Amino acid sequence: MSETLTIALSKGRIFKDTLPLLAHAGIVPVDDPETSRKLILDTNQDDVKLVIIRATDVPTYVEYGAADLGVAGKDVLMEHGGEGLYEPLDLKIARCKLMVAGDPNQPQRGGRLRIATKFVNSTRRYYAAQGQQVEIIKLYGSMELAPLVGLADRIVDLVDTGNTLRANGLEPLEHIADISSRLVVNKASMKMKHQRMKRFIAQIAEAVAARNAA
Amino acid sequence: MQNERWLLPEGIEEMPPAQAERLESLQRRLRDLYRAWGYDLVLTPFIEYLDSLLTGTGSDLELQTFKVTDRMSGRLLGVRADMTPQVARIDAHIHAGSEPNRLCYMGTVLNATPQEHGGSRSPYQVGAELYGHAGIESDAEVLELMVETLRIAGLAGTLHLDLGHVAIFRSLAAQAGLDEACEAQLFEALQRKAVPEIDEMLLQWQLPGDMARMLAALAQLNGGIEVLDEAAVQLAAAAPGVHLALEQLRSIAAHAADLADVALHFDLGELRGYHYHTGLVFAAFVPERGHAIALGGRYDDIGAVFGRSRPATGFSTDLKVLLTLTPAPVRKNRGIFAPYCDDPSLRSEVRTLRAAGERVVCELPGQQGDAVSMACDRILQRAAAGWSVVAL
Repeated sequence: MSETLTIALSKGRIFKDTLPLLAHAGIVPVDDPETSRKLILDTNQDDVKLVIIRATDVPTYVEYGAADLGVAGKDVLMEHGGEGLYEPLDLKIARCKLMVAGDPNQPQRGGRLRIATKFVNSTRRYYAAQGQQVEIIKLYGSMELAPLVGLADRIVDLVDTGNTLRANGLEPLEHIADISSRLVVNKASMKMKHQRMKRFIAQIAEAVAARNAA
Repeated sequence: MQNERWLLPEGIEEMPPAQAERLESLQRRLRDLYRAWGYDLVLTPFIEYLDSLLTGTGSDLELQTFKVTDRMSGRLLGVRADMTPQVARIDAHIHAGSEPNRLCYMGTVLNATPQEHGGSRSPYQVGAELYGHAGIESDAEVLELMVETLRIAGLAGTLHLDLGHVAIFRSLAAQAGLDEACEAQLFEALQRKAVPEIDEMLLQWQLPGDMARMLAALAQLNGGIEVLDEAAVQLAAAAPGVHLALEQLRSIAAHAADLADVALHFDLGELRGYHYHTGLVFAAFVPERGHAIALGGRYDDIGAVFGRSRPATGFSTDLKVLLTLTPAPVRKNRGIFAPYCDDPSLRSEVRTLRAAGERVVCELPGQQGDAVSMACDRILQRAAAGWSVVAL
C-alpha cells in the first residue's frame, strides 16, 4: 500500500502560517504556490504532496479522502458540519473571532432580525440556541455594507482587529466562537495509515507547543 | 423541462445491462457463500408502518427514512432505510427456538440523505446476522464472513479492519456519572477526535483527575494491537466493563490473525452506531476509498421491543459501492444468433439450444445489425442435415 500523505491547504494566511509547522515535521514545499500555477505541490519528501485549494473546500477534499489531511479554519468546519472528519489538533494559527456586529445606535426595527452573513449554518445555529428566529441573508463578501444600505440589521462575520467594522460605523456586539485553524484528518486514512499519521500529528503538535511557548 | 425528463433524483441511479449483470452475478455468488455458511435468506418488506420500522433503532434512522401516508389505514409508512432492524424482528417474532439463528438479506434500501457527501441514496444492501449467541465466537464468525464477502466481490489486496467496542465509552461515561447532555456532548467531540474540545469540556466539568484522564485517552487510543496494552495501563482504574471489552478485543484480534492479508487497527474511541450497538464494532477499509466499505457489530437488545431479547451480531455492505472498487471485466460476446427464417425446424433448434442453457438471439425481419452487433459469437446456419451452430 502506498503511504503517500496528501495535505490540503489554502493559499494565503493559512499556507504561510502552516509552513513553519510542516518544516518542524521535516516537510518543505519545492514550489511556492504564490508564483507556481501548479495545484499539486511536491515537497522535499517524495511521499508527501500538498494540494492547494480554496479554504472552504478543504473539509470536502479531506472527507472524501482526496487528501489525507488538511488545515481548515474552525469557521469553515462549523459551517461544513465536521462530523465526517477527525480534528485532533488546534494549530492556533489564523486566529480570529466569529461575531455578530452591527450599528449599536441603530434603532431596533420591529419583527425578525435580518442577518447578513456567509456563515449561514453557524448563524442559524447560534440564533436557534438563543431562542431567536431570524432571517438570514446569504452574502459572499463585503458584509459590512449590508447594515449601511438597509439590507440587514446585523452581520455575522469573522473579526480580527475590528478596524473594517469601525471604519464603517459598526461595532462587534456578540461573541459566537473563537476561531483558529485545525488539523483535519480523513477517518479512513487515520485507520489505514495510522503509524505515519500519528507520527505526523505528534510532530505538528510539538511544533505548535514550541511556537506557543516561545 | 422537456429535455430533462431523463434526469433522476439526486443519489438515485439506474443500472444499464453491463452493470446490472455484474451486480446480479455478485449477488448470486454471495447467496452461495451465505448458504455454505448456513445463513438463510429472508426477504423484508420494502415499505411498512413507520412505528414498527423504527422500533428499537436510533433517531438517525428516522431522519434517514422516506415517509408516505397510507391511504388505506391513514397511518404513516416508511420505506426501509436499513434492513437490519427488520431482520432482527423476523428473528424475534417468527423464529421460535432458542438455538442460534443465521439470516442473510439483500435488496435496495432508500436513504433520505446520502451517508456521505455525493453518495448514493439507494444502496444495494447485503448483510448477514447471527442471533442467539452472546460470545465473541459469533462476532468472529460474522467478521470472517464479512471479509469473505469482500474477497468474493474481488477485493484482493490488503483489507484494513477497524475494531472498536462501544462498551468502553459507555462504561467510562457511567463511571464518571456524566448526565445525558454531557455524555452527548463528549460523544459528539469524540466522534471527531477533537482533542482540544474534549480537554476543555473535561476541565469545565471538573471530573476527578483519573476519570478525566481516562475519558481524554479515548481520543488517542487508536493504532495497532499495541493500543490494547496501552489501554490496559491507561484505563487501569476503569470499571470492570472496560476490562471485559478489552479482553474481547484481544480475543477477536486472535481470531482475526488467521485471516490472510488483513491489517488490524484498533480504535477505542470509535462510536459509530453507538445508540444501537452494545459491544464489538468493526468496519472494513481499502486504500481506494475514503470511507468504510462494510460495517458491523453487536447489538444485543434490539429484539426486546418485538417481544424477545436475543444477542445479535452482524454486518452489512453496499454492493453498488463494492462494484466501483473493482474494474469491470471486459464483456465478451456470448450467444448464438438465429437468422430470420420462417422454418419450424429452426424454431425447434432454437428451443433445444435454449433448453441447454444457451443464449439465443433471434433476428427480427427487417432489423438492423448483425450477429456481432447483437453480442453473439456464433450463428445458426442451414446445412444439408438441418441447422448447425457455426463459430463466427
